[in-house]
Formats: sequence, structure tokens, C-alpha cells
Amino acid sequence: MSGTGLPGPAWLPAAGQARGAGALRAALRLRRTRIGLALLALLTALAVLGPHVAPHSPAAFIARPDSGPSALAPLGTDYLGQDVLSRFLSGGGAILATAFAAALGGVIAGVALGLIAAYARGALDALVMRILDVILAFPPIMLALVAVATTGPSTWILITAVAITTAPRVARVTRGAAQPVVVRDFVAAAEALGLPRWRIVISEVLPSTLGPVLVEATLRLTYAIGLIASLAFLGLAANPNGANWGTMIQQNQTALAVQPWGVVLPITAIALLTIGTGLIGDGIARAFAGLDRGREPG
Amino acid sequence: MSAHPGHGGQGGHPGPAVIVTGLRVEMAHGGGDIVDEVSFSIAPGEVLGLAGESGSGKTTVGLALLGHARRGARVTGGSVRVGAIDVLSLTDRELREVRGRIISYVPQDPAAALNPALRVGTQLREVLRAHRACASAREASERIVEMLREVALPAEPAFIRRYPHELSGGQQQRIALAMAFACRPRLVVLDEPTTGLDVTTQAHVLATVRKLAASHQVAALYISHDLAVIAGLAQRLAVMYAGRIVEVGAAAELLAAAAHPYTRRLVAAIPRLTGQEPLTGIPGRAPAPGDRPPGCAFAPRCELAAAECRTAMPALAVVGAAHLARCPRAAAGGAVTTGPAASRMAGLAAPAGTAPVLSAERIRAGYRDVTIVKGVSLAIARGECLALVGESGSGKTTFARAIAGLHPPASGRVLLDGQPLAATARRRPAEARRRMQYVFQNPYGSLNPRRTVRQIVGQPLRVLGGGTRQAADRRVAEVLEQVSLPPAIARCYPDQLSGGERQRVAIARALVSAPAVLICDEVTSALDVSVQAAIVELLTRLRADLGLAILFITHNLPLVGSIADRVAVMAHGQVIEVGATRTVLRHPSAPYTRQLIASAPALGPAGRAIPAWPGRGQPPAPAP
Amino acid sequence: MASARSGSPERPGKVPAGTAGDEARADPPGAPRGPARRARGGVARFLLRRALMSAAVLAAVSAVVFAATEALPGDPAQAILGRSASPQALAALRRQLRLNRPVLQQYWDWIAGLLHGQLGMSLAAQEPVTRLLADRLVNSGFLVLVAAAFSIPLSVALGCYAAWRRDRAFDHGSSIVLLVLAGLPEFVVGVLAVVLLATTVLHVLPAVSYLAPGQRPWSDPSALALPVATLVIAVAPYVARVMRASMVEVMESDYVEMARLKGLPERTVLLRHALPNALGPVFQVIALNLAYLAGGIVVVEYVFAYPGVGSALQAAVLAHDLPVVQVLAMLIAGVYVAANLAADVATILVTPRMRGQL
Ligand code: SF4
Repeated sequence: MSGTGLPGPAWLPAAGQARGAGALRAALRLRRTRIGLALLALLTALAVLGPHVAPHSPAAFIARPDSGPSALAPLGTDYLGQDVLSRFLSGGGAILATAFAAALGGVIAGVALGLIAAYARGALDALVMRILDVILAFPPIMLALVAVATTGPSTWILITAVAITTAPRVARVTRGAAQPVVVRDFVAAAEALGLPRWRIVISEVLPSTLGPVLVEATLRLTYAIGLIASLAFLGLAANPNGANWGTMIQQNQTALAVQPWGVVLPITAIALLTIGTGLIGDGIARAFAGLDRGREPG
Repeated sequence: MSAHPGHGGQGGHPGPAVIVTGLRVEMAHGGGDIVDEVSFSIAPGEVLGLAGESGSGKTTVGLALLGHARRGARVTGGSVRVGAIDVLSLTDRELREVRGRIISYVPQDPAAALNPALRVGTQLREVLRAHRACASAREASERIVEMLREVALPAEPAFIRRYPHELSGGQQQRIALAMAFACRPRLVVLDEPTTGLDVTTQAHVLATVRKLAASHQVAALYISHDLAVIAGLAQRLAVMYAGRIVEVGAAAELLAAAAHPYTRRLVAAIPRLTGQEPLTGIPGRAPAPGDRPPGCAFAPRCELAAAECRTAMPALAVVGAAHLARCPRAAAGGAVTTGPAASRMAGLAAPAGTAPVLSAERIRAGYRDVTIVKGVSLAIARGECLALVGESGSGKTTFARAIAGLHPPASGRVLLDGQPLAATARRRPAEARRRMQYVFQNPYGSLNPRRTVRQIVGQPLRVLGGGTRQAADRRVAEVLEQVSLPPAIARCYPDQLSGGERQRVAIARALVSAPAVLICDEVTSALDVSVQAAIVELLTRLRADLGLAILFITHNLPLVGSIADRVAVMAHGQVIEVGATRTVLRHPSAPYTRQLIASAPALGPAGRAIPAWPGRGQPPAPAP
Repeated sequence: MASARSGSPERPGKVPAGTAGDEARADPPGAPRGPARRARGGVARFLLRRALMSAAVLAAVSAVVFAATEALPGDPAQAILGRSASPQALAALRRQLRLNRPVLQQYWDWIAGLLHGQLGMSLAAQEPVTRLLADRLVNSGFLVLVAAAFSIPLSVALGCYAAWRRDRAFDHGSSIVLLVLAGLPEFVVGVLAVVLLATTVLHVLPAVSYLAPGQRPWSDPSALALPVATLVIAVAPYVARVMRASMVEVMESDYVEMARLKGLPERTVLLRHALPNALGPVFQVIALNLAYLAGGIVVVEYVFAYPGVGSALQAAVLAHDLPVVQVLAMLIAGVYVAANLAADVATILVTPRMRGQL
């Protein structure tokens, strides 16, 4: 510009905020994200606080089986004569905790594998992806069923099995998102400076893949909740007679015609929970898509 | 607008084939106009060049001529008349009839615009079928053969059955040309059809365009950011800035004696083959749609701006024979002031006889079984600028990446200050990594979008170590000033910057560690000419101020005259000619260099014509 | 901004291939542009390679299944019979499961048996697994095919239409509905369907889809209605969303714009230029979801007490019936792998560009 004068500061845009955080804030401004978060918060609160406000012990037999609402049992009793309301209030914790743990483990492992595969390229990439293909050849619920077939369900087996089905799917998405990033020149610029590989992966590649990874993470949480609940519904909860929404639905399904509450309450809770996480994921996806659109200069 | 400005009064012509009046395109959801007050006309057989830089709205105008606006835009005013047809008042159905038959379009990037799932023959045939241009399938086949011959493509059945990805870029573009001229339209809109092509291929495609337009008496609107290309092709030229036509006139006259201050600066920014002239860029950046100041949009960057320029938009006014400009002071301006840079090049000569700071010896590099760089040796003296010129595929970028330690060579070695370096950057000593820095081609890809400018520019300091954070921040501020960026930019993210600003940030990152050698890999090829000129100006100044040696890699031969002391020409993985810039450009010895110079579109003193390239769009093998 | 998509410097990130940098990085050699002729032999070789790869995956799957059921630390016999089992019963079970042999030998025997069609005896039913599963296989296959026949055209049509009406009311409405449905577990959908249509609210369809022994599923369509609907709702939303995204991307492409600027009729633009290119990625998703159906039947068959392989698997897992679990796991994984293989082949066939690169 050879001294012809700098452009005045007037055209300078307002100093930006960190891009990832900016997108999350944009996501929070979307109505669907807010509804999703509200649902998730509501049901988490229900699962956490529920056991403390339940009128009865979830395992106490308080009236005749499948009796209708009464003063003692406001929503009636289940097929064994236990209080439906108390079992409902106590039944969310097991599903939520197990699903959160499984999704978290799977996402962490998957992100690490996906980033390594994308950055290494070549033989290591191929090897990692082939191994993941083997796990992907199992429908998600199958792996868990096979894992519990011999020894029966325990919380740790359930978490591990669901995490193992989650990781390859997250790894694929992460790798897909990282592949266009690792060939960009800012990664080459870091390589030319001699930055160690792991630091390039973490500080240069990972931030640019955050959008798809977060979206996938919420999607996987949704599916983990569904899987854990489905397993309980199939009679494969860690505690076969414990209070658990999935177990409740299974046990009370036969008495639907006379006592619907035992099914309707937990099924509504699970539906709202998965709808909530789904809405959050969609909100994040939209916000990041908007961020990427905004990157093209107008 | 009642007048149709600037239509050349060459007697004997019938009326214009196309008349555009007061065209206005707005953003669909409010936020102002993208283009406005666009009026021009084109005679049958005439090529009108529409020139402008990024965001000037030239493509928007081109598409509006077909009654089309992209997502987010809406044509809201004006008229487009082609013969008796009022394009903008047609229904969707009528538009379909007109498009491809009366008005056709040649896209910028044929690789993306040809359907990857359909054979090229199918794509040619469907235009004929949609417009019932041929009575029978047989006649259509004959027409296709004829079309392919016209654009100098092989008209064999095997070729017609190919898919787009099986053709070269030049062949794809000629397919698009054949498609556009298939139904003998009255108007063809060509949207930067040669942008992605090599100069030699480009020259041939341009010759084809001119021939087709003349022989079928088709009016052509040729959109380009490259005035040099337009100079050799168009009879008349319209220049756009910020959504308005700012100047229109006969191409030769307009380039020789531009009237509008913007056009004058733009012309001064074009690199010329004819001598080592300094380039001058235009300071500041063009306003985006919706962000345009009242009055003359160029006022913030104009040296002649007066108070009234900022209040009212000036109208197009006659400044010469069939020559109009949108500036009341247009005629008053003299030559463009070129500033102090003019004298700089003269004082910059590499000290002769000093030991080279960087040298490469017999570098061979490639991928598995393909060798791309076949034994290249080059040396750069302290403070010298060596340009490495070659077309795409010549291996120049692979060579540069091998030097930088980004692409380990198969054999050969790299010496910095006489010390041999390891093949990969990671294994080189920190001092070597500090003293040699790389600037990448595309500033949209070389800056991490999730980091601030301060973090990006400061990264080498963090990685190479040394100094406190305060010292680093001070150093970053210092280099930002060196590259003429305001300090406030340190807090911005790359997506808030224009292309030129991004490239300055990339250069600042390279400078921050006080290197001795800068490898600049096509650093201007993604930028507008005026921005390119400003970057070249900047690099020239940095050389003078800091004593930097620069390896300047480019495909743009005219550009090297403005920056380099010496030139090395590369083709097919080998250097075929090295010499002082002036000597190579004026008296090239290798036949390949001569052909390269001959086919480079350039603004000669009077808008030189482009020689037709006799070959098939392939560069000749280098002479041994 | 509309104008951001014009001239070359206005399209950052997508620098024209020619002027830009070098050939080498953009276009790795080894995948040179070849004439169309090369493709034929390439496709055959590709098919062979993919088939071999699928076989390798299945072999690895069998190792995982075997390891998870029999080779885990601890005594499977004890785990199956419980702590109160008598030593004789334990010994008998060990003999039947061949647990007294070395692990690799056990695995080999099992694989050899599978390959020879000797699927072993069910522990719970004490009858050959083949006899136990034959009818159920037919029932489940029929269920999956009917569900696929409804869900695939439905989801492709929904996705295309939403993309075509992008940002209109239909698009927004369907997007929310599909989003809500996509996350619901199958059993939630199934049980809700029972509540709404069979027991509590309306009584129009049977709540269970019981088939008498020997009865074929096609003999009673009303019994199939709810399981099929549940499977469709479990699969279609996801496929429709992917289809929409793919179609939207293609509709934004230069070649669709070019087709319009050539004056082609809208129907040609959509059906000939957009759809074939949009279907490429969708094949993968269709396959994934066919495969997903294969997993989904476990839950859905259980909800409706439908006698298929899914409900058999659930029962076998609860009963620790290892031979049945192993066979069913291999079977379902096989369907999964085959569906993915088919998708890869279909994708290659609709994408000439990929065909050229084989
Ligand atoms: S109108 Fe004024 S500001 Fe605009 S170009 Fe002319 S002199 Fe400059």
C-alpha cells in the first residue's frame, strides 16, 4: 500500500469471539435448541430428584396388582402391586447414567481414532478403518446382546458394549470432517514450523472438526439412551427387577388395557428425552452450518 | 436511463442485438442492491467485455441477462431486451424456451458445470432436443459432430461417449462452448470461461470464442476479472465497481486512456510483459453489497475524492467518443501517481558473487511411481528475488514444498547457509525453520479459521520458542505494521478479512521470526489484480527494508517482470531456462519460453491481439 | 451473498484447478484420467476386492462373536447354569459346548460346523438350531422386505420433495416431524402404536402379531401392519433426512444451475441431472438402514410377539442359549455386510467418475 494511507479502522469488524463458542451461542438462540435443552434438563432433574420425592419405595408392594389410581397410589399399581408413580420417579437414573457414560466413552475413543486415522493417512488409516468396519458389521443392539448372552447384563458390560458400538460411528464422522482439514495449508504451515504431530492434531485439526463432532456426539447420546432403554425393555437391565423405565414398559405391557399408566409414563419420558437430545443436535448442526456459510466473504 | 450509453457508432451495423437498461438486482431479504443502474447494449457479432474485481457484481449481471438470479438475490428492476424479447418479463416457461436457444451461458468452471454422471454427448444432445433444434436424431448427431469440429475437439464416437472427468480442463470448456453455440443463439454470456486454464489453453479457447462470435454474428458478453484477457478479445469494455458500471468505452481507448480513477488504478495494477515496471495496488478494499457508502462507492479509496462525491452517486457522463465514465472529475485526472515504490526496484539488485543463502541440488521428488520434479538445482543469493515460472503440472509447487521440508524429496539435497538440511521440516534444527519461511498460495486455506490473527501470526514465536508473551505480542504488532495492517486486526478471525488482508496476515506470519528466505508459492494467484499488485508492492518493499531473499513461484509470466531479479522457467519437472528477468522476458532462448510469452495475454501499448495457439492445448515437450 | 459466487477470486477455497498450485497435491497420481474402456475390467476387479474384503470382515466378526460368547475369562458353563448347578450337569454342558478343548480348536470346530451347515443344537429347546430357525427366518425376511419396500420409496420421495420445496412450509414441517421421529427407539414407537391403535385409544389393529405354527406371515396382513409401520417409522426419517441433504447439495451445484440455464424442462433437471447424483450417498444410507432393519427386528418382533429370528435372539440371550445366539449373530451380521456391499456396488454404478478411478 506504499504509504497511500491505511484504510481507516471504520471497516474493521467487531472483534470476533472464539468461533466454536460463537456457534454454540448461535445454537442457543435457536428455538429448537432451547426446547431440546429444556426437555433434557427436565428429564434429568426428574431422574435425579425423582427418587427423593417418591411417595413409596419402588420395591414395596402397596396394593393389589394392576389396581387403578387411589389415594395411596395416585397412578395405580403395577403388575406386582408396586406403586407406578414411585417406580416412575425412581426409574430414570439408571438409564440416563449408563447412557451418558457409554456415549461419553464412545465419543472420546471415536474422536481420537478418527483424528489419528485422518492425520496419519496411508496404512495406519486403512488399518484403523478396517478394524472399525468389523464392529460396524454388527447392528448396534446386536453387539450388546452377544456381550450379555453368556454372563448376563452388568452395568459395566452394558456401558462397554454401547461405547464400542458408538466409537466407530463417531470415528467415521470425525475422520470425514478432519480429512479436508488435514490437507489445508494451515496444517502444512504448522508442519513447516516443526510442530509435533500430536499438537498439530489437537490444536490445528480438532477445532475445525468440532461442529460435526458435537452434532454426532448428541446423536450418539440419543442412540445410547435408546439402546440402553431397549435392552432394559428386552429384559436385559443390570438389575432385572429394579425400577427402570425400560423394564417398567416391558413388565406392564400386558396390562395395558387395564392400567395404561405403567407404560404411558415411562414411554413418554423416554420419547421426550430422545426428542430433546435430537433437537439439541439439530440446533448445533444448524448453528455450525450457519458459521460455515458466514465464512465465505460476501 | 433513457440513453444506451456508449454503443459504438460503427456505421452499417444493424441495431444492437441486446439492450440492457437500468438493471437492478437486490438481496432477496433486504439489505440493499447487489447491482444497480446497469445499462449497455451489444451489437451482433460484437464482444463486450465486462470487467470487475471480486464482489463487483459482474456475474450477477451476466446471470440476470438469462433471467436468472442465484439464491439470495432477486432481479427487481430494469429491462433486458434481446431482439423483440423482454427477458425479465417472461414466464418461467417462456424463459426455458429462451435459455439455451436465444441466450446461452458458458460457465466459469466447466469441471463443476458439466454433469459428472452424464456423457458429454448426452449433455450436448439434450440442448438440441429441449429446443427442438433438430428434426431427427440423426440430424442431431450430425449437428453434434459439426459443433465439436467448430470448437476443435475430436468428433469421434469414442470422444462423444466420454464422461466429463475423462476430459482435460480445456476440452471441458470447449464442450461448454459447443453447447452454448449449439442452437445459434443471439447472445452468449461467457462467465470467466478461461479462469481455470493454463495460458496456452486459454489462448486457444479465446481464439475459438472470437471466431464463433464473429462467424455466427452472435453478441457476446465476456465477463472477466482479467483486463488483459479482455483487451485481446473485446471490442468494447465496461468496468464495474461495487455493483455499478463506472466506465464504458472502446477497449483499446479505455485501456490506453482510462478516465475513471478506479479504472486508472486498475490498469496500473496489471503486470506487463514489456518491462520491469513497478506495480501499484489500490489501498483499502471494495465495499460489500449492503455495506456501500452513499455517493460514489469508490470515494473512500479515491485520491481525487471531493466532498460532493460522498453525498450523491455521480451519473455516467460522456468523456470521449462513445466513452462514458461515472465520475465528474474523470477527465481532470492525469496519470496515476505511482508513489515511492517506483524507484525501489532500481536500487534492488542482488549483490553479485555472494554465497547463496539457499540452494537446492538435483532435487527429485514425486509420488510413489510418478516423478514430478526431475533433478532441479537452483540457488538464491542473499537478498535476491528469484522467480520460478511454470504452468500447472510443471512441478514447481512440489519443488518448493520439497525445499520447505513438506514433501521429502526422493534424492538431492537442500542447503541453507551452506548447511545441508534434513528432508522433513520436523527434523530440521529450529534455527533453520526460523530462517526459511513459506507463504502459501491460498490465503483462504493457509490461516486456521478458528484462531485470531494474533494467534496465527504469533504461532512461529510460540513454536520456535523464546521470549515472553508480551514480547511476542509486541513483535506481532510490529510485523502487522510492516505488512500495512492496522493493529486492531490482531483480534479478528480470518473470515472477517478480505483476501488481500488474509494474504498480508500470512506474510506477517512468515516475517515474524525474522527469516532470511521467503518461499512464496503462487501467493497472488487467488487474489484480484489490484490486490495482487499491492502484495507485490509489499514484497518488494520488504525486500528493500529487510534484505530478504525470495523464491517467488508463479504461473504468471508478466508478473515476474515487476518483482524478480532472475527467472527460472520450469516445465515437465525440469528447469529449461534461467537468466536475468529482463533477458528472459525480452530475449528468451528456449522455444518453450518463447511460446509461453507469446500466449500470455498482456496489455500491450495498444491492446495486442492474442495469437492463436496451433496445438491441442498441451504445452510442447521442452527442448532438450 | 449472491455475488460471492461469481468470479474466480470470489470463490475462495475453490481455486481454479489449473492456475492453482500444482497438479500433484490436488490430484494424486495413480488415479490418472483414463479412457472409459479401463472401467470394465476395473469394475470386475473392484467387485472381487470388495467381496474378499466382506469375507474378511465376516471372518473377523465370527472371531468377535466367538470371543464374546465363549472365550471370555470365566466358565461359560457355570455362567449359563448358575451357581447351583450340579457337577454332572456342568460337565455335560462343557462337553456339549466342547469347552474342554483348546480355545483355537473350539473356534475352528465352530467355524467348520458353520461352513458345513451344522449349526449345532439349541441348549434351551434341545433341537437342532436349523429346525428351530427355519420358519422364523422366512417370517423375519418377509417382515424386513415389506418394511423396506415401504420405507425406501417413501423416504427417498420425502427427502427429494422436501429438498425441492426447500425452505417452504412442507420442508420446515417435515424436517421437525422427521427429527422427532428419528430419535425415538423402535420399542417406543411400537408400544405407542399399540397404545394408540390396538389397546387404549383405538382398537383397530391387533396388538400382537402371533402366527400359529406353520402359518405364513402373508396370510394375515392386518397382523403385519403394526410391526411394518414401526420399522418404517424407525428407518424412514433418517434416510429421508440424508436424502434431503444430498439433494439440496446437488440442487446447489453448478451443473444443476447450468442445466436450468440451458433451458431444460424442470422435470429433466430434477430427474436426469439432480437425482442420479443425489442418489450416490443415499445408497449407502439405504444399505445402512436395511442393515439397521436387520437389527431393529429384535425389538420390534419382541414388542409384537412376532415369531421371527429377532424375538428368537431375545429369548436365546435371556436363556443363555449360546449356539442359537452365535448363529443369529453371524446371520444378522452377514445381512449387514451384504447390504453394505450392495450399496458400494450401486454407488459405483451410478457414479461414472468413481468407475473411472478404479
Ligand atoms: S466520483 Fe469522486 S470519489 Fe468517485 S471516483 Fe470520481 S473523484 Fe473519485
